[in-house]
Amino acid sequence: MRHKSLLSIIFLLLVLSVVNASPAPRELTEQEKVTHVLNRLAFGPRPGDVDRVQSMGIRQYIEQQLHPEQINDSAADTRLSQLPSIHMKMDDLMDKYPEPQQIAQRSGIRNPKAGDKDAAQDRARLQEYMRVNGLERPQQLLQELESQKIIRGVYSERQLQEVMTDFWFNHFNVYWNKGQDKWFTTDYEINVIRPRALGKFRDLLMATAKSPAMLFYLDNHLSTTPNMVAPLSAVTAARLANPNAPLSPTIQAAAAKQGKGKRAGINENYGRELMELHTMGVDGGYTQKDVTEVARALTGWTIDRPRDGARFIFRPAMHDRGEKIVLGQKIRAGGGIEDGEKVIDILAHQPSTAHFIATKLVRYFVNDNPPEPLIEKVAATYMKSDGDIREMLRTIFYSGEFMSADAYGQKTKSAFGYVVSAIRAVNGETDGNPRLAQLLGKMGQPIYQFVAPTGFPDRTDYWISDGSLIERINFAVNLTSNKIPNTRVQLTSFPDPKAAALYLGSPEFQKR
Amino acid sequence: MSLSRRFFLKSAGVAAASFGAVPSFLLRTAYAQNPAANPSSKDRPILIAIFQRGAADGISMVVPFGDSHYASVRPQIAIPAPQRSSTEAALDLDGFFGLHPSLGSLKPIFDAGHLAMVQAVGSPDNSRSHFDAQDYMESGAPGNKSVADGWLNRYMQADPSPKGTAPFRAIAMSSNMPRSLLGPAPALAMTKIQDFDVRGGGRGPAGDMYSAFEAMWHNETFDAVKMLKDANPTRFQPENGAVYPNQPFSQSLLQIAQIIKADVGLEVAFADLNGWDTHANQGAVAGQLSNRLREFGDGIAALYRDLGDRMRNVVILTMTEFGRAIKQNGSGGTDHGHASALFVAGGPVKGGKVYGKWPGLAPDKLFEGRDLALTTDFRDVFAEILTKHLHTKDVARVFPGYTPHQSLGLL
Repeated sequence: MRHKSLLSIIFLLLVLSVVNASPAPRELTEQEKVTHVLNRLAFGPRPGDVDRVQSMGIRQYIEQQLHPEQINDSAADTRLSQLPSIHMKMDDLMDKYPEPQQIAQRSGIRNPKAGDKDAAQDRARLQEYMRVNGLERPQQLLQELESQKIIRGVYSERQLQEVMTDFWFNHFNVYWNKGQDKWFTTDYEINVIRPRALGKFRDLLMATAKSPAMLFYLDNHLSTTPNMVAPLSAVTAARLANPNAPLSPTIQAAAAKQGKGKRAGINENYGRELMELHTMGVDGGYTQKDVTEVARALTGWTIDRPRDGARFIFRPAMHDRGEKIVLGQKIRAGGGIEDGEKVIDILAHQPSTAHFIATKLVRYFVNDNPPEPLIEKVAATYMKSDGDIREMLRTIFYSGEFMSADAYGQKTKSAFGYVVSAIRAVNGETDGNPRLAQLLGKMGQPIYQFVAPTGFPDRTDYWISDGSLIERINFAVNLTSNKIPNTRVQLTSFPDPKAAALYLGSPEFQKR
Repeated sequence: MSLSRRFFLKSAGVAAASFGAVPSFLLRTAYAQNPAANPSSKDRPILIAIFQRGAADGISMVVPFGDSHYASVRPQIAIPAPQRSSTEAALDLDGFFGLHPSLGSLKPIFDAGHLAMVQAVGSPDNSRSHFDAQDYMESGAPGNKSVADGWLNRYMQADPSPKGTAPFRAIAMSSNMPRSLLGPAPALAMTKIQDFDVRGGGRGPAGDMYSAFEAMWHNETFDAVKMLKDANPTRFQPENGAVYPNQPFSQSLLQIAQIIKADVGLEVAFADLNGWDTHANQGAVAGQLSNRLREFGDGIAALYRDLGDRMRNVVILTMTEFGRAIKQNGSGGTDHGHASALFVAGGPVKGGKVYGKWPGLAPDKLFEGRDLALTTDFRDVFAEILTKHLHTKDVARVFPGYTPHQSLGLL
């Protein structure tokens, strides 16, 4: 009897263990692991990449990508040399790519509007003036910035840095078309975001806070103490906001009333988005009062000579020197630039910031529904490492959640990720033609031109609609039949262009 | 659109060509014989929803010039009270409210009794986050982040139409599906009718490719592509002298009109317009906000005119995530606020009136001491349109956890 009952207990345990074990998660094959890493740390594999990473080892590849400064990227740099504006200083950009009104002013040639008499003649004279003086339209800045992003996405060996530059630009989004941001955005991506994409989060946050692009985009450059000693005139404020627009009748009327109508007071725009979108997240535990206090602390953070060089400057006359209390922490009265810096530090050290940033990273790298245990681990890394982005990424890349069937192929490529990975997959040769950026717009991702500070959403249902699906399929067909200007494919791994188009336009290729 | 009707019209066209005139009696007879292809599709109610993204300033759109506090809280950006024969002032609506002069093209629609406004309307949630507030308005569930689908999609789920699978029942004129239409009920999103086509199709191997993609994706997109190509909506030119401004928003409305005229079963259309986040240099009768309002008003006015008689079954509903602070800020703009205003236009609308209880701009009447207080929950307006115009039976399903408080009598 005893023997029998023992057996039945063993049997019962066996049954229970089978019942209890959730269906064993499928292990990824070695090749899937490599493909996965190339789809997430890079913009997808080029022909030969899977073999290359397999032989060097996944860990080695990850570590290499985490240190872009040690990767030779001269091949991509050479391709970028055809884009003059991305190598220029901001004051030169403004000289060489002025607004049409400025050219009209400088040249004395009327800037023709449709329907003007002799419009065609004026236009021709303006064009000639621009040619002789080596001037270009501001739109050219956008095209070169877009080409730069596409070229780096396709050819840079520092793929993770590009992935993270894309990620952080979107996190700290600015809108190229908003006034002066046409001249500020190139510097923003190249000198503010990219060099800090794998550094400390606090440094990145501070650099964006002091960048002309962000100061302008979220209006902080206009924010002043209500008791400003020397009130900004309506005219100055209007010029700061949009230096090239003619003054509206309203502003002119206001200017006439100067003295009575002083324009002073805070602007909450940046203060709010700084907490909601850049650091703590909307449920991070701040109040409307905190928004106002943060905005007060940041008064005087503005742009020096916005039309000539444009640098961050702290203007004491615009600053509210009173005491502030931000998230319960006191910032004593009488401070200057350090009030804003203290705010950045307070925000960078909030646990809710760690959690918010961790959530976004895990959502981007693992799954649209980010697993909470991994978020907690990454947030803990943030708190331990003083917000070290590289360390947070290590925590993700070496986690079980990352290298799992629940992550593999579960993310939908953004339009940019799709286009760049497609060109890589067919060994494309491209100059980053403006047509590509135009097609990205049709696929729902006009790069550098997302109006709202949220940036593009990172979710499958955002990226795939009927219209964008059709555009993606059309792109696959046009790319593989060499119908995109200055973009040629080498279909060595496919029997014919049709097979390549079907591969690139398939549901599977939309995934990463 | 049912195939039989499309084919019939084609053959009727041939007949008409040979006889030189359209035999309308013949058409009537044919419809009578084929109830599935019913001409009453022209009487199908249509809702056009328009989202002003970025939080439009309600008190600049529908100006409370009669409120004694209005001019003083906005020294530089207030819209002057109506003055006879002045275009630099609000256009009087009812002696208390006026329309922003840049919305002047909407005034005749108001006067004709086909346009109503609701003042002090919005979401009871006090979020001043664009993202959250848009999300709440589009999900139809303020404060509840677990509602995954949009209110318009839930309307379609609650009321499966007889032609439940019609791909054109709901269309958004945008490259990404707006939150309002997200969900299990099929909806289409596109920016340009002409682009909604698989290029490289046609004869030869490329034609095979089209079928190969269709087999690969097996979803409704490809049916929709074919049907839209057949219906060819872009052949419809604006009617009644309507002129759509050459701006993306108006071009979206033009295409919605074309799809309505193509009679492919459209019931819900969606368009949006950015640029309402006027934190700096908002302007008054001229300037940034004025330009945006002109784009908005002229587009809607063109749509109204173009659709002409068809407007008898169309309701246009505008919305924005919240209003703006009552006091102007330090940069001649306005920061995020609370309640705003919305517009409802169309044949079924009891227009010529500003609806909603006015809470007042006195300091003690403001929400949290700074914003326009809310007197109408946006869901009350949406629910009234769903019930009276689209004849929804299950409004509770569209707005989970909410029982509409009031019917304003807009329709």
